[in-house]
Amino acid sequence: MVKKIKIEIVDEIEKLMYSNLSINPGEAVGIVAAQSLGEPGTQMTMRTFHYAGVAEQVPTGLPRLIELVDAKKTPKKSMMEIYIKKEFYNDEKDLEKIAQEFEATYLADVAKVSENFEKKMLKLKLKRDKMESLGISDMHIISILKKNKFKFKVKGNKILITLKDKLLKKKKLTYGDVRKITLSLKGMMLKGIKNIEKAFVVKDKNDEFFIRTNGSNLKELFMHPKVDKSRLYTNSINEIYSFFGIEAARNAIVREIKQVMDMQNLTVDIRHIMLLADAMTSDGVVKSVGRHGLSGEKAGVLARAAFEETVKHLVESSVYGESDRLVGVTENIIVGQTMPVGTGTVLLKHKTRL
Amino acid sequence: MSEVNKATVLKKEESVNSDLKQADIKIKKSGKVPIYLNGRLIGYCDDGETVANIIIEKRRLGLISHELNVAFHREENELYLYCDQGRARRPYIIVENGKSKLTPAVIEQIKKGELSWTKLLKLGIIEYLDAEEEDHHAYVAQSEEELTPEHTHLEIAPVSILGVVASMLPYAEYNSSPRITMACSMAKQALGTYALNHLIRMDSRAHVMFYPQEPLVKTIPYEILGMSERAAGQNFIVAVTSFYGYNMSDAVIVNKSAIDRGLGRSLFFKAYEIEERRYPGGQKDRFCIPPVGITGHRGEEAYRHLEEDGIIYPSADVNAGDVLVGKVSPPRFLEEINVFGVVEEKERESSLYMKTGDKGTVDSVLYTTSVSGNVLVKVRTYSLKIPEIGDKFASRHGQKGVIGMVVRQEDMPFTKEGIVPDLILNPHAIPSRMTVGHILEMLGGTAKCLSGKEIDGTTFSGTKEEEIRAILREYNFDEFGETELYDGYTGKKIKAKIFVGVIYYQKLHHLVSNKMHMRSRGPVQLLTHQPTEGRAREGGLRFGEMERDCLIGYGASMLIRERMLEESDKTQQLICVDCGYFAIHDYARNIDYCPLCKSNNIETVEMSYAFKLLVDEIKSLGIFPKIVLRDKA
Repeated sequence: MVKKIKIEIVDEIEKLMYSNLSINPGEAVGIVAAQSLGEPGTQMTMRTFHYAGVAEQVPTGLPRLIELVDAKKTPKKSMMEIYIKKEFYNDEKDLEKIAQEFEATYLADVAKVSENFEKKMLKLKLKRDKMESLGISDMHIISILKKNKFKFKVKGNKILITLKDKLLKKKKLTYGDVRKITLSLKGMMLKGIKNIEKAFVVKDKNDEFFIRTNGSNLKELFMHPKVDKSRLYTNSINEIYSFFGIEAARNAIVREIKQVMDMQNLTVDIRHIMLLADAMTSDGVVKSVGRHGLSGEKAGVLARAAFEETVKHLVESSVYGESDRLVGVTENIIVGQTMPVGTGTVLLKHKTRL
Repeated sequence: MSEVNKATVLKKEESVNSDLKQADIKIKKSGKVPIYLNGRLIGYCDDGETVANIIIEKRRLGLISHELNVAFHREENELYLYCDQGRARRPYIIVENGKSKLTPAVIEQIKKGELSWTKLLKLGIIEYLDAEEEDHHAYVAQSEEELTPEHTHLEIAPVSILGVVASMLPYAEYNSSPRITMACSMAKQALGTYALNHLIRMDSRAHVMFYPQEPLVKTIPYEILGMSERAAGQNFIVAVTSFYGYNMSDAVIVNKSAIDRGLGRSLFFKAYEIEERRYPGGQKDRFCIPPVGITGHRGEEAYRHLEEDGIIYPSADVNAGDVLVGKVSPPRFLEEINVFGVVEEKERESSLYMKTGDKGTVDSVLYTTSVSGNVLVKVRTYSLKIPEIGDKFASRHGQKGVIGMVVRQEDMPFTKEGIVPDLILNPHAIPSRMTVGHILEMLGGTAKCLSGKEIDGTTFSGTKEEEIRAILREYNFDEFGETELYDGYTGKKIKAKIFVGVIYYQKLHHLVSNKMHMRSRGPVQLLTHQPTEGRAREGGLRFGEMERDCLIGYGASMLIRERMLEESDKTQQLICVDCGYFAIHDYARNIDYCPLCKSNNIETVEMSYAFKLLVDEIKSLGIFPKIVLRDKA
């Protein structure tokens, strides 16, 4: 009896929920998704290029949406959210210390580097106050210089480096080489995690502290013992893709787009966004929407030619002897046939016998 | 008001140099302060401030041209002189020691007509400043009361910050700026008397209003500019209320009886022209009634109004398709070979005819010669334009609207005195646009109607609201202009009090009858076989890419096919099954064959002409596209 009721309930749910929610065959989901995302997009253009007054940390609104859809390798400003395992901190202060550990510090941050081209010498003038606040000792710098096989002398606040001609495996150093060495010296990392420019402690909705960073380095932070791996997040789709794989990248795209939309109080059904993300990631790599990605890889020659770079596609396809089987919507409209969507999906198959 | 300086630079630079010499201003070869004339270094002096002041002083004395302006940049220690064209300059009253040079005695002289504007300029009572001098040497007082010894100039009138058109708008200071901008651009579209010689002019399009009135609420510049003699609008009695939804979204209701009495009535003139052109080879066009049988003959009906010389007579009523001037042109190619292989000289019909949608009466015919010496005929038609649904009207406050319904006077709401409004404006048009001037003008118009006292709407100095209300009170009128109205249909009193007033309305030259357009079938383009575009070509409305996307979104495949193919550029093309090339029908042998592979295996395929064209264009790229045929489904 109970079993029977159970089945009835399941049937009812299936009838009410599932079959109601499933999309009919032939429904033009792509166009509907594009329109559903495009319409709020036009509204965003007008108001969200800048937030008046507030310094922009991470691009939001239309610029961010364009960034996501174009599948940019590195976002304009990448950002990470890092939760630290409970056992490693007690209060905000502890977290701030950890945050500082993450921040990448370069030699240029703690020392003024000047060059003497004639004598082929470099002079480092240490900024003591900075060093102190960043917790960097003289030994730290010296060891790094030693590691790079520099010949140097320490004179109080100053470190003098004499450049040997052999340094770049060349017979003689040019002025350009001196400058090159200076730049590489300036960029030498003393401590912290690469690409993490700034880290600060923020409170989340549940009053829990976490570290937000400018710049992102998923790989190293994931390996960091203090980091709560289950809640680590970056807004760089590319990093997620290369570290976790395509499925994670898809979810990240969905999450990021949804976030942009929510910020503007625009409601777009998540399934439209999911379709977009699916389309972008269906090949196992993150593709952009547009000439270099989705539209550029359409199957039909005519469909590609209709989008952008008409002549290029026509000429190229003629070189390879491509044929267009007229399966897409665009192609069929160009030719003047019924397109295979909606009412056009069904065909009457009638065998005539004579 | 301001003027833009004109005349050539070089000429003036020379005269400035001689002026400076005459005025005893020495320009040295070296010194602390460089002097630039129109941005070019001409010399130096030691003290820029004094030199600038001397120049200004001598200019006021008339020793230096009044078109020269000075600017001493104190921060850079550089002296700039300007006399080139294109600088906007404004006149100011000169102030010395805190006293205006425009003294009551001078004003008295002006009133007597003894002093002209140029005289005032010469006497050094007023002067023109450009932006540079205004920035560096002027401290301008807005009114005579606020003058202090530091002031150097006095504003002639506060309105003078506005331009020609904006200064004619009443109570512009009560309106929001976008609405003023709109009112300015619409005032230029208002119908009135655009020129007094309009009856002999041959403008290609012209509107003339029947009974233009000067506005009840005017501004001082309006009078100065002589607009009251060439008014462009009428004073309407306006009620601000809704009316059965027929005035929603900026539509207005207009009183039918008012229209019958001549409200907003205008004439529309349209001139057509045609020339008897000469062609190389001594051939010439010929004005005549085109003989029957000529190529392109329009049927005798079309030529019925033409007189012997092939030109229409004045007072003929003409409709679309009627010929105004009959013309015959020589053949385009000297030798046209007809079907029988005989060279035949055939003339073409090339008359001047009325385009679709045109209608009117021939007003006058002008027979003259063109610049190139050919005979030129211009025909002007006129048609009466009575306000109808869709015609555009606007007040002088950026409040524009089209007629939404024409209502009989009996059905319009009325006051207990029996006043029936000419126009009903929707109250929603007011709050979000903040055109308070519109409301004030309505009150002012009413006050003038009641009292006959002049109500001045000049920006910043017009009649104050309180004065208008005092007049209304005096005449036992509601001082806020709120009136009890009675419903025209039922005769019952309308519960709410309704704001009624008299305000100047303009009829704008956007008339529906000149814009109305429809098409079911019609001409197609030669190249694409798709419907033409635009009203002039009797075109269709474009079913564009985004509209197409919507239909795809609905999955309406068949509808799309109908729009993009059936109703557009459907063709039947012959395709060679063997090689995929477009085949040919040979009429002589009555046979289809492929010109490429000579195959007779040909199929007829239905496609859009645009696709056929695309294939042709791809071929011209040097690519050979083949069409592979397959049975449907």
